[in-house]
Amino acid sequence: MTAKTLIRIEGLTKRFGDFVAVDDVSLEIGEGEFFALLGPSGCGKTTLLRMLAGLEMPSEGRILIDGADMSRVPPNKRPVNMVFQSYAVFPHMSVKDNVAYGLKVDGVPAKQREARVYDALALVKLEDFAERKPDQLSGGQRQRVALARALVKRPKVLLLDEPLSALDAKLREAMRFELAQIQDKVGVTFVMVTHDQDEALAMAGRCALMQKGVLQQVATPSDLYEYPNNRFVADFIGSINLFEGRLAVDEPDHAVIQCPALDTPIYVDHGVTGASGATVWAGIRPEKIDMVPRHGEARPDRDGASAGHNLAAGQIRNSAYLGSETVYEVALAGGTIVKVLRSNTRRYEERGFDDGDAVWLSWHARSPVVLLS
Amino acid sequence: MQDWRDAKGPFAAIFGAPALWLLAFFLIPLAIVWAYSFGRPTGLTDIAITGTFANYVRTADPVYLGIFAKSIWFAAITTLLCLVVGFPIALVITFASERGKALLLLAIMLPFWTNLLIRTYALMAMLRTEGYVNTSLGWLGIGPLPLLHNNFAVTLGLVYVNLPFLVLPLYSALDRLDKSLLEASLDLGAGHLRTIREIVIPLALPGILSGLLITFIPALGSYLTPDLLGGPDSQMIANVIERQFKRANDWPFGAALSFILMYLTFICIAGQGLLARRREKAGAV
Repeated sequence: MTAKTLIRIEGLTKRFGDFVAVDDVSLEIGEGEFFALLGPSGCGKTTLLRMLAGLEMPSEGRILIDGADMSRVPPNKRPVNMVFQSYAVFPHMSVKDNVAYGLKVDGVPAKQREARVYDALALVKLEDFAERKPDQLSGGQRQRVALARALVKRPKVLLLDEPLSALDAKLREAMRFELAQIQDKVGVTFVMVTHDQDEALAMAGRCALMQKGVLQQVATPSDLYEYPNNRFVADFIGSINLFEGRLAVDEPDHAVIQCPALDTPIYVDHGVTGASGATVWAGIRPEKIDMVPRHGEARPDRDGASAGHNLAAGQIRNSAYLGSETVYEVALAGGTIVKVLRSNTRRYEERGFDDGDAVWLSWHARSPVVLLS
Repeated sequence: MQDWRDAKGPFAAIFGAPALWLLAFFLIPLAIVWAYSFGRPTGLTDIAITGTFANYVRTADPVYLGIFAKSIWFAAITTLLCLVVGFPIALVITFASERGKALLLLAIMLPFWTNLLIRTYALMAMLRTEGYVNTSLGWLGIGPLPLLHNNFAVTLGLVYVNLPFLVLPLYSALDRLDKSLLEASLDLGAGHLRTIREIVIPLALPGILSGLLITFIPALGSYLTPDLLGGPDSQMIANVIERQFKRANDWPFGAALSFILMYLTFICIAGQGLLARRREKAGAV
């Protein structure tokens, strides 16, 4: 985090009866950040967002925005505006009136209002639609109205609830870039809720991953992917092969993990700082596993294979051709299935691999991520 | 959707009986009464249908015009009071919890399921000079106030009887509103009252209008309430119609009055339809 802290969430908890929707969440979001709250449905991310908006009151904890305690402030008194998942564009008002509503309520004089409304419409490229009614707009345009309507108030924080979920795939792709551009232009802090990891990773500067109301990890997209905190994060973000094992060696510069599912131990080039003998999980992303044909018993000369670790013999069970890449499911001797991803860098690739082929799997000592929980 | 014309047999089987019912017990009797309105009583029970407009001319007599005006006034003030009382009730029901909703709706419906006569007598017991309202006021050294057998009692009774007719359509209109629109209004800085004024009322307006109509029409034709709660000057048109058919034994004139009342109702419905269409057109621009 480079800029100063704009939002500080302290021990925030929300209960609905016996159900704990948000469980003791503490978090800081910097000024001008594009922050994503990510998690499966029902993980509490939307409740957290609604508490930032003031649409839900916290059971415990505090929310500070720009140093001021907002925990009990009603939504109409917060320097925060929201783009609703359903957009919530007022159907009985024209586009212009929708955007002007928040300014009218604030008592901004008509002349100034007009100018600001047109600036906001220009920002979302809807100048030509000012007089239209919402039912004459497409879903994407309605979302732009919602965006303009929120931004015209110049909030300190813009909240976005699943902003892209209702758009079709092509539009979603385009909107991703556009939202990021708009955020760049206006410099407002964006807090977005999404269940779509691609969306969060592509747009956000930092992401918070939640599960069952609990914050699992807060990190940049690449850290979330490459250095997950625990198995939930590793598994939620992208695809990963997880091997349960015992920490056999743990030195400052390397560690060895004995995994029952693998023929050879996993060797990693860094210390783990876990208790020796403890149960740990080694995760290896499918694209970080190398695969070569296996003939007889001769071990391939790859990575650490010759040294007797980071190697497994298997047989291809299944493959899924995805165009730019192919995912192979490789069954190991013990029955464990390992996912391996190969990029199809050449056309008609002498793909080399067919279902049923015997293969060696190997990986570099830097590739596995060791998880303690 | 499949067109019913492709399946004449099943259609006739399903709709034949109700259509016959409607014809035999609604349209034909109505036609008979309509024919009577162009007739003249010739004996104790005999009516000659002469095609005369005399009965309709008689309805324009200031006495009857006054009673029509009074009926419209009663119905209008009743509808207005029902709106004033019913709108907050409908709002409360809309935003209540699931359980609260069921209980409140039950509370609205419960009097509705009780016989009108019993409810009216209960009101009389409450309002009469020795009734508990006056008794309570007496303890405070006030009264007794004349609460029964006057226009006040009729209005109170009509509001009481007709309130569910307005609350239910209002509730269904408010309940259909997308709640995120209200949240958006709050989020954009509006208070609750402003949100009700600028978002809730405009969006619920079609429901409000049809609720007003549904309340106004039965109120206009009220018979029992003015009959039991009213005084000599609080007769409504239905009371006059009843008298023509019974005591005055002038069926043709009663029939003419009935049809004038029905035409008034039609005008209200047509007016609401026109209004709705104009709104629709305005919304489409």
